[in-house]
Amino acid sequence: MTDSVKLKIDGKEITAKAGQTILQAAAMAGIYIPHLCAHRELEPWGSCRVCTVKVNGRPQAACTQPVAEGAVVESETPELVNVRRALVEMLFVEGNHVCPSCEKSGNCELQATAYRLGIAAPRFPYTFPKREIDASHPDIILERNRCILCARCVRASTEVDGKHAFDFVGRGVHKRIAVNAEAGLAGTSAAATDKALSVCPVGCLMKKRVGFAVPVGQRQFDEKQIGSEI
Amino acid sequence: MSEALSTVVKEACTAADRDPTRLMDIVNQVQRKLGQVSPTAMDLIASELGCQRVEVESVVSFYAFLSAEPQGKIVIRVCNDVIDRLEGADAVLDAFADALGIRVGETTPDGRITLMTTPCVGMSDQAPAALINSHVLVDLDPSKARHIALQLKASGDPHRLVTKLGDGNNAHELVQSMVHNNIHQTGPVVFAEFAMGSALRKALSMTPQEVIRDVKTSRIRGRGGAGFPTGMKWDFARAAPGDRKVVICNADEGEPGTFKDRVILTERASLMFEGMTIAGYAIGADLGILYLRAEYLYLRALLESILDERRAAGLLGKGIGGKAGFDFDIRIQMGGGAYVCGEETALISSCEGKRGDPKNRPPFPAQKGYLGRPSVVNNVETFCCVARVLEQGAGWFAQLGSKGTSGTKVLSVSGDCKRPGVYELEFGITLAALLKLVGAEDAGAVQVGGPSGQLVGPASFERTICYDDLATGGSIMVFNRSRDILGIARGFVEFFCEESCGYCTPCRVGNELLKERLDTIIAGRGEPSDLAYLEELGAIMKLASRCGLGQTSANPVLTTIKHFRPEYEARLRAPQRGEQRRFDFNAAVAGAERIAGHQSVQHGAHEEHGTAE
Ligand SMILES: Cc1cc2nc3c(=O)[nH]c(=O)nc-3n(C[C@H](O)[C@H](O)[C@H](O)COP(=O)(O)O)c2cc1C
Ligand code: SF4
Ligand code: FES
Repeated sequence: MTDSVKLKIDGKEITAKAGQTILQAAAMAGIYIPHLCAHRELEPWGSCRVCTVKVNGRPQAACTQPVAEGAVVESETPELVNVRRALVEMLFVEGNHVCPSCEKSGNCELQATAYRLGIAAPRFPYTFPKREIDASHPDIILERNRCILCARCVRASTEVDGKHAFDFVGRGVHKRIAVNAEAGLAGTSAAATDKALSVCPVGCLMKKRVGFAVPVGQRQFDEKQIGSEI
Repeated sequence: MSEALSTVVKEACTAADRDPTRLMDIVNQVQRKLGQVSPTAMDLIASELGCQRVEVESVVSFYAFLSAEPQGKIVIRVCNDVIDRLEGADAVLDAFADALGIRVGETTPDGRITLMTTPCVGMSDQAPAALINSHVLVDLDPSKARHIALQLKASGDPHRLVTKLGDGNNAHELVQSMVHNNIHQTGPVVFAEFAMGSALRKALSMTPQEVIRDVKTSRIRGRGGAGFPTGMKWDFARAAPGDRKVVICNADEGEPGTFKDRVILTERASLMFEGMTIAGYAIGADLGILYLRAEYLYLRALLESILDERRAAGLLGKGIGGKAGFDFDIRIQMGGGAYVCGEETALISSCEGKRGDPKNRPPFPAQKGYLGRPSVVNNVETFCCVARVLEQGAGWFAQLGSKGTSGTKVLSVSGDCKRPGVYELEFGITLAALLKLVGAEDAGAVQVGGPSGQLVGPASFERTICYDDLATGGSIMVFNRSRDILGIARGFVEFFCEESCGYCTPCRVGNELLKERLDTIIAGRGEPSDLAYLEELGAIMKLASRCGLGQTSANPVLTTIKHFRPEYEARLRAPQRGEQRRFDFNAAVAGAERIAGHQSVQHGAHEEHGTAE
């Protein structure tokens, strides 16, 4: 039995390990597929759909779809690039994202992905939802206006921190991140050193009192665009 | 914490063996007894089960029939499905509100009665309908509603509202409901007479492989809508490693306009259970689950009694039919009011005591389903068909229907027709012939397959109902020529907004965006470019959504634009001279680009978008 698999991504033949996802295999082969909810240290989730590719003609999320021998994967086609842009735009109009005044600006994966995809302005109207901020915790702020419901904190808190401090409540557009205490984040065992915080791709879960420690212009994605490490 | 609360919660947890995977049963019971699952109850449930409170909150907040806020002892849920609204549900709702002196979503000041709306309750053929706790009231009008409200205020007992019982088993002492079956046409498969055990005995005289072979030969495909070949699904589950396999019957019937499973559950439950048992034998399962939508709670006692009957007859339990080693039993899992739980992986999540979020595939349920065990999920009607295949023979079944699609289909017909109700017909009937049968010769539009299907016009009436042409899980909604097509589409879009689980971006956000633009057009502020916008948005949702809900939820918009474009165009207007209603990014930067002598860096991106807001 062989545990290596050959597949093609945008015409390039790559070799992957059986059991890998297409996203993992692509990254190993130096191919960047845009993604937001996926995080290399966490279990696949598949909610943002930004990593959508076509596998033998069928749309699939690259972060949850396992590699298969002989699979033909399309990623950088005009159709799929347009779909990805639209999805990122949806995430922008769904929340209240104030990039110029956000502490995460320059380190934000949503912002960086939008830049890399060449998004100037969303084609969709802003929805301006009303969302609650939880600042009850002494060291952490939960700023739901910027949440993209990626579940990274949910997964990191259970898988890595062993706490289950976060989960989702509600459904549809009313879905939101909740914490494991009626009293708010202060009532949970969440700590500022938790993995749950460091994996947040946007400015939703942040440490308090670290405002502008690194000047704008010198931040992670100011230097190099997202995905350039791949 | 009140003693009552702690007693109710502890009882519910004990009844479920403190098993976190039975959380649905626990919260359903607490909700029924206390009218809410309060934050205090959540804490207590979590500590009884050894799980986190946020997990309990997550589940409670997902299902429409569960509430963290207090509700009255009596909850009135008026069905606000498109068909019910055409039949006057809005006036019924107003009458309830008026007589109770409250608005929708509120509870009377004495805390006794709560008024809400709910999506299709599966009574479109006797609309407008409402649920009052688990009792179903049908054929309502405003004066009846007012009368009911007064009676409830006086007696506080919803059961007293049940006056004239319906036909068939609706009048059974364990059901006692006013619901009508409205079976206008019976067929040889589902509604033919059935002697309990006859199909199972035949199956048990064969090997499991032979049973699956017969199911394949019959060419039966799933009746829940997707039309997957049943024999192939069973084969996958049989071949999957694992010794504790599961058979699940999908009785969530949430697709608006579908009510045929309700009638089958009322009149042919034994046939359905027999099909499940045959599936259990074929794939090697020991557990069966009937997932019953919360709206059909009134049928539960009857269904339990039929299960008992079958146990007593040796058709469920240990060594079924004298076959040593064939142990199989069925339990009923109540839902909590969520359309998405009809999607098979969401249904499994719900059975496991979780939010009704669909799961990532692979693995497929046949590989790893309920609690990681290989599971087969089939529709109520599919199990009936399979039982009949075994009883009457695969060849007999295969010659019924059309060339491509074998057997019969039970259709739920509602809307503007003389004889709404249930029809068992062979596949291959044209829409025109069906419309004649139901008394709707003057139909202007027909929604085939529910909101997730398509709205077709007279140009499509010669098309046939089968998997290769007009596929349907059973919903046929008829609209006469005077009906407002955009209003219908709007109603369906609203339904999907309510029912999206919210897991993935394209469905969670996309449905809201569809609604926004449809509203703009309905309000007379739409522009010609809005049609292309809607078509593109719909295409993106179809391509990128994670499950069938999001993949089909743009259909009401896409199929009405396709088949009824003039209805849209009549409401659009081009911007008047000088009027600028949208911000056009390209036009805005054009002047600056001319001066700079080169295109803006982002030009390529917004060029494809056309106009930006
Ligand atoms: C949003 C959604 C809702 C669904 N609702 C139902 C339902 O109420 N009943 C049903 O049988 N199938 C429903 N399905 C289809 C199921 O996922 C599944 O395909 C079906 O139960 C398989 O049974 P079958 O092959 O016998 O049709 C639904 C699918 C989706 C995407
Ligand atoms: S398509 Fe809709 S219902 Fe399905 S997973 Fe995504 S959000 Fe949930
Ligand atoms: S990265 Fe794949 S769905 Fe989010």
